[in-house]
Amino acid sequence: MADAADFTLEQLPDGEGVIRFSGRLAIAAIGDLDDRLRALGESVQQIDLSQIDHIDTVGAWLVYRTSKEHDAKIVGADNDAKRLIEAVSGVDDSEPVKPPHMSSLNRFLSEVGSGVVVAFTTLIHFLGFVGQVVKASFVLMLNPGRFRWHAVVQHFDMVGVRALGIVGLMSFLIGIVIAQQGAVQLRQFGAEVFTINLIGRLTFRELGILMTAIMVAGRSGSAFAAQIGTMKITEEIDAMRTIGVVPAEALVVPRVIAAIIMMPLLGIYASLMAVIGGGILCWIVLEIPPATFVVRLREVTPMTDFWVGMIKAPVFGAIIAMAGCFQGMQVEGNSEQVGLKTTAAVVQAIFLVIVLDAFFAVFFSSIGWD
Amino acid sequence: MTESSIISVRGLTNSFGDQIIHQDLNLEVRAGEILGVVGGSGTGKSVLMRSIIGLQEPDAGEIRVFDEGMVGKEEDQATDVRRRWGVLFQGGALFSTLTVAENVQVPLREFYPEFSAKMLDEIARYKIHLSGLPANAAYKYPSELSGGMRKRAGLARALAMDPELLFLDEPTAGLDPIGAANFDNLTRNLKETLGLTVFLITHDLDTLYAICDRVAVLADHKVIAVGPIEDLLATDHPWIKEYFSGPRGRTARRGHAKPKADKSVVDNVPTGRA
Repeated sequence: MADAADFTLEQLPDGEGVIRFSGRLAIAAIGDLDDRLRALGESVQQIDLSQIDHIDTVGAWLVYRTSKEHDAKIVGADNDAKRLIEAVSGVDDSEPVKPPHMSSLNRFLSEVGSGVVVAFTTLIHFLGFVGQVVKASFVLMLNPGRFRWHAVVQHFDMVGVRALGIVGLMSFLIGIVIAQQGAVQLRQFGAEVFTINLIGRLTFRELGILMTAIMVAGRSGSAFAAQIGTMKITEEIDAMRTIGVVPAEALVVPRVIAAIIMMPLLGIYASLMAVIGGGILCWIVLEIPPATFVVRLREVTPMTDFWVGMIKAPVFGAIIAMAGCFQGMQVEGNSEQVGLKTTAAVVQAIFLVIVLDAFFAVFFSSIGWD
Repeated sequence: MTESSIISVRGLTNSFGDQIIHQDLNLEVRAGEILGVVGGSGTGKSVLMRSIIGLQEPDAGEIRVFDEGMVGKEEDQATDVRRRWGVLFQGGALFSTLTVAENVQVPLREFYPEFSAKMLDEIARYKIHLSGLPANAAYKYPSELSGGMRKRAGLARALAMDPELLFLDEPTAGLDPIGAANFDNLTRNLKETLGLTVFLITHDLDTLYAICDRVAVLADHKVIAVGPIEDLLATDHPWIKEYFSGPRGRTARRGHAKPKADKSVVDNVPTGRA
């Protein structure tokens, strides 16, 4: 660029060093001026601005900084330059621009510390939340008129009806996978027919419910957290409180009830879809006709398997809904929190569901339902 | 059209579905002025600004900024113009994961990757100083700032590239009267110091009286009047009359009857949540 910013260093007859700037002292024309000025070793007593075409704040800053470093006098500045240099001077450069740096040990300790604190406060808040929900449930039982049927039905739709497509497809495919893998392994022993046992028992007892729970956590648990979290940010929940509506009654109980009722229904549906998927694979690959498949399925799958699933499902539903609503209620401050808490809700819900599933597995085996 | 117009909008038409926002709207912004844009809610003040800065593709019309046509330009074609303006959005629109200093440095890093880290820090520091924030705001995150400070931080970012043109969308909305008056003074001072042209959308009558050279009134899908406030007061469009001669308008006029004493630019008064 012809008018790029530049400077020359001259010695006056009396031995004083002068920096003469020229060109456009503006952000787009600065180029390497900054590095060259920094590298300047000679002593400078004057800075001459009489030959510049234009100056902006970046140029003014460079001039101001150089004059301060070398304790040099600025000469030949026009009104624009004077005004800009005046504006950028007086910056307090004692304050760091970056946050104070912590040593890695300190950072590690402080993260562990705050992690522990957060874990405990979350636990306490969660207990408080469960208490609120239980209290709200009792209040609603005593005053059924206050129960929000409309909200519950709406959440039936969101949690249950609208999940039918995806849960059905997922379960159907899982049924196929179980049957296919079972068939391949059992064929080595000539025991392909036991594939049906595998399908029946696995889907009704474990996978139908567990996979549905994971899907519901991803679909509805996250939605609960995001909805309630957004309502917290927009102060809707505060507004409810001031009007006299209890948020736990209006928001949490309908969602929890909807999830408790919908989970077993979705679970049955998912198990059936998985059985259908498995049945179709058995028919095609193992050449077991559907009628035989159904008869054999009824022989090998005990009723207790169905009950195991049906007992687990509402518990999982309650956990998913509670985790979602709880995390939503924990949102505070900015919209970034909504995302964080929604993630936390899903992770927590799935984790708790799997932990409880393990407990249930041990429990049902030990009472003889195996 | 005057020689020195920075923004020129001709025959702008904008609509969302059936709803017409602008129809055949014309507006000139002259170099070195503060143009206030007023209008009732929903008259498309923000849409006008978004059209000018290229965030909203208009249905018809011509928009020229720095004598370059803006309509139909791809994002990467307009970068030369973009680096000559700064925009302050209503909520500040700061990047929430970056500190204030890093926010200011974002446009600099984008356009001048050759600048050293030291230089970037120095620039950020004096921009923050110019926008009237205390030096320790540099390493704070937006969530740690009050509403007024967030606006100033947004202004610091808008000023990062040494723009010639500044867009301000309701800069004093949500600020307390002291914070708002300080922000007005800051705008005026910066305009004079840095030689800016300012396009300012506002609802704040005090701002109009205190700092605007001219005011454009949006109504009936058009700019129905533009000129200094005294001229607007003389028109008899019912909306303009009601706006400037209503109780608030009269109060603001009384308050600015005599020239205002210059207040300090820097205010560290926490202004509460916006």
